[in-house]
Amino acid sequence: MAAEPAKVDPMYQFTIEPLFGSANWEIAGFNIAFTNSAMWMLITTVVLGIFVWGGMKRELVPGRWQMAVETFTGFVENMLEANIGKAGRKYVPYVFSLFMFILFANILGLLPLGIVGLHPFTFTSHFTITGVLAAISFSIVLIVGFWKHGFHFFSLFVPHGTPLPMIPAIFLIELVSFAVRPFSLALRLFVAMMAGHVLLEVLSSFVIDGTNAGAHFGLLVGLPSFLLMIGICALEILVAGIQAYVFALLTSLYINDAENLH
Amino acid sequence: MPQIAQLAETFSSQIFWLLVFFGIVFFVIGRGMVPKVMGTVAQRDSQIGSDLAAAEAARAQADEEEEAWRKRENENRAAAQALVAKAKADAAASSEKKLAAAQKRLDKKLADAEAAVTAARTSALAEVEGVAAEAAQDIVQRLAGVSITAASAKKAVKEAMNHG
Repeated sequence: MAAEPAKVDPMYQFTIEPLFGSANWEIAGFNIAFTNSAMWMLITTVVLGIFVWGGMKRELVPGRWQMAVETFTGFVENMLEANIGKAGRKYVPYVFSLFMFILFANILGLLPLGIVGLHPFTFTSHFTITGVLAAISFSIVLIVGFWKHGFHFFSLFVPHGTPLPMIPAIFLIELVSFAVRPFSLALRLFVAMMAGHVLLEVLSSFVIDGTNAGAHFGLLVGLPSFLLMIGICALEILVAGIQAYVFALLTSLYINDAENLH
Repeated sequence: MPQIAQLAETFSSQIFWLLVFFGIVFFVIGRGMVPKVMGTVAQRDSQIGSDLAAAEAARAQADEEEEAWRKRENENRAAAQALVAKAKADAAASSEKKLAAAQKRLDKKLADAEAAVTAARTSALAEVEGVAAEAAQDIVQRLAGVSITAASAKKAVKEAMNHG
């Protein structure tokens, strides 16, 4: 048994598979197969919808559920108001959607549904997804920036009080740092989610292979790995929340740049 | 790494379905439901604010009423005290008058009595003088055999009485 190669492939969990024989669905020559990734987006959307719908009872004295939903909307509202000011309120729908969509996706992807035969797919661990979300956020920043300030928006790249000879160099540096933003936004979430899931998968392979290798290995490798997994799982729940928060927070900070310049 | 290995074949479906579902989330949940939730919160806040304001106003009114009541109470008390003081003064004045009248009556009685006593004493003294003079006359006649006039006896008695 011990001689057999490991059967656990830590990267397999990120594989995208078409479901329901939809592999050949196409629009204008592009494949739009309904994959497990899309399936989990649907689940996330439905769960999030149910969650928010439960908070719409509009009672004067809120119940627990309504209180929970109002806590989230209030949290996003406060964040936008703290970062952007009064003008930030109009971005609440977008940032709330972004934050909750990522948060629910991250947490649903962590659920131990594997034990009932359903394999969660964390679509936020794909940079195609995080990239599109970052691109949407960045587009909003650009559109708002140029809409509100026109070409004056470029003054964002020249910090106030820059000496005249430094302006070309500073402009270039600031432009690059600005242009890098969507990539850092997308990669941060993708890397954090993927790393956590890979780590859990690797540790679980230690548990499985160690136990299969005999009682000694099971005690020596499997048990510590299992204990470590429990800790990492807690950490991953934290990361799921933090990454969603960071994504929403950075988006609101970037929108603040566009809304208020410096 | 499936994210890269499958990129070419899956990116279009990934992007498509993300736009579909994130679009649903944004338009249905973000635009449709969240403003209602926030509206409820705002409504509750304003309700709490107005309730607090109403309570504040009620308290201010209660304070005002208490102040007015206190003022009225003070006025009433002052009036009552004035009434009591007036009654006291009236009673004092009338009793004084009565006392004065009684005193006068007593004084008069005393004066009358004194006058009567004085008169009685004077008449008694006169009688004593008369009796003494007659007695002196008698005594002188018996002892000395000299008859003296009543007038000189009287004079002698008076002298003796005056010298004590």
